[in-house]
Amino acid sequence: MSNTILAIELAYWQQTGLRALIGLVAVLLPAGTLVYLFLFKMMSFMQSRLGPMEAGPYGSLQLLAEVGKFLQKEDLIPAAADRIVFKLAPFVVLISTFLLVLVIPAGPDLWFIDVDTGIFLALAVSSISVIGILMAGWASASKYSLIGGLRAAGQLVAYELPLVLAVMGVVIQAGTLNVQEIVMAQATGEIFGWGAIGNPFIITQFVGFAIFLVAVQAELTQPPFDMPVAESELVTGYLTEYSGLRFLMFFIGEFATAGIFSALAATMFLGGWYVPGLDPTDNLFNVIGPLVLIGKMVLVAFLIFWFRFTYPRFREDQLQQLAWKFLIPLSLVNIVVTGVLKVVF
Amino acid sequence: MSTPAIFAAVTGFDPLTGGEFLVAQNIAFAIMAITMLVSAVRMVTTGNVVHAALYLVIVLAGAAGIFILLGAEFVGVTQVLVYIGAIVVLFLFGIMLTKGSFGADDGVGGERRGIAAMVGALVLAVMAAALLDTFRDAELSRAEPSLTADVADLIFSRYIVPFEAISVLLLAALIGAIVVARGD
Repeated sequence: MSNTILAIELAYWQQTGLRALIGLVAVLLPAGTLVYLFLFKMMSFMQSRLGPMEAGPYGSLQLLAEVGKFLQKEDLIPAAADRIVFKLAPFVVLISTFLLVLVIPAGPDLWFIDVDTGIFLALAVSSISVIGILMAGWASASKYSLIGGLRAAGQLVAYELPLVLAVMGVVIQAGTLNVQEIVMAQATGEIFGWGAIGNPFIITQFVGFAIFLVAVQAELTQPPFDMPVAESELVTGYLTEYSGLRFLMFFIGEFATAGIFSALAATMFLGGWYVPGLDPTDNLFNVIGPLVLIGKMVLVAFLIFWFRFTYPRFREDQLQQLAWKFLIPLSLVNIVVTGVLKVVF
Repeated sequence: MSTPAIFAAVTGFDPLTGGEFLVAQNIAFAIMAITMLVSAVRMVTTGNVVHAALYLVIVLAGAAGIFILLGAEFVGVTQVLVYIGAIVVLFLFGIMLTKGSFGADDGVGGERRGIAAMVGALVLAVMAAALLDTFRDAELSRAEPSLTADVADLIFSRYIVPFEAISVLLLAALIGAIVVARGD
């Protein structure tokens, strides 16, 4: 975000306030979009039913009804629970989500923070949510919650490695950790001297893209990786004792993180806010950039939710084997190959 | 906070830089330092292991914040990724896997409190003396934050030998852990 908007010079506190406001929108809007579009509608269509139809046209106001429902519910805290940790846990998860959105640029001049460590920062703050999940699982004083929290921690630690390693290929190819520069590297890149569509890294880093999506799926504890919240075994895992607003916070956190990870994947592999055929420094992108990014985000999120609604749950040992014996070696090979090709070309 | 910094905070005049005083940075540092101190004390005085681990998270997050305040962005982010995202998670994982009790007070750290306090005070004194002696008049550069590329260049040129040595050490530790865990 530049200092001037519509030629109005903004003071530091005004910029910060504006950023906080836009950050809130950037977290809540994708979460709402994904819940309505995919969880309510696409899942229903895939299961040959209509989904919510009563609230608003095609059930489009169902989200507001759901939020109203959760707000009315009593905020229950189990008698044996550790009250402070129990209350803080959803906030820790949300903090991770809000910090994650900061690194994603939506146009040549549209960003929250333009940091040198960019994508590395995103991966670091995404790991904070594990602490919140473990806090929730432990503080609930319920064996279902505790087992759910433990499963979540084991899974999230295991899949963080392929997540980080899959990004390494992109970083090597772009030669930078800065997300804005990764977008620029794709926009100005050339495929064997042919630069008409730039060089979206999904072409050269398809393996990385696939690993990233699988790891994101596991990080979000979505099916087929939903052992931490497996409803037939653990009620809802670490969420079991939560109700009302605090459950809603976990729910928003999960879907907002799904949206932000989709946006990150779109930024790193699909060219971010850039559309081929235009000059990437064009001021036009400050207007259409966010829309392009949202479009690409919905596309990636579609893939994530498609897998979510299609595949049955893994077993715990299968899940760990997939991460340690297949994804991590594969991503290491991907890094080596990318490094060699980077030196050759 | 070193003596000049306290002097600067009280008077608004920083003798190190000849007058310029970074208000926002000093306020941020004060908030983080106080939070870290309180959390560190609570971490060793609380009777609950999980609470102790959670206080440790606050201390480590504060350390990451101070690294970022000093312009060492990469180090700060690494602190979050490695310590908060991995090591404390493994602490919590281990505690929950082995104990799994929800009691408020586990009676941890009741005995040997005096010796622990003595060791702590001794370490503090030695480190404070060493740091003050080394960096008393050193001035931090107030230029741009250090770039990740510069850090990488340093690691792979001047510090290549220690870097490789640490890599081998970590690999050995990893293999050792696997051997111990397999038990045959």
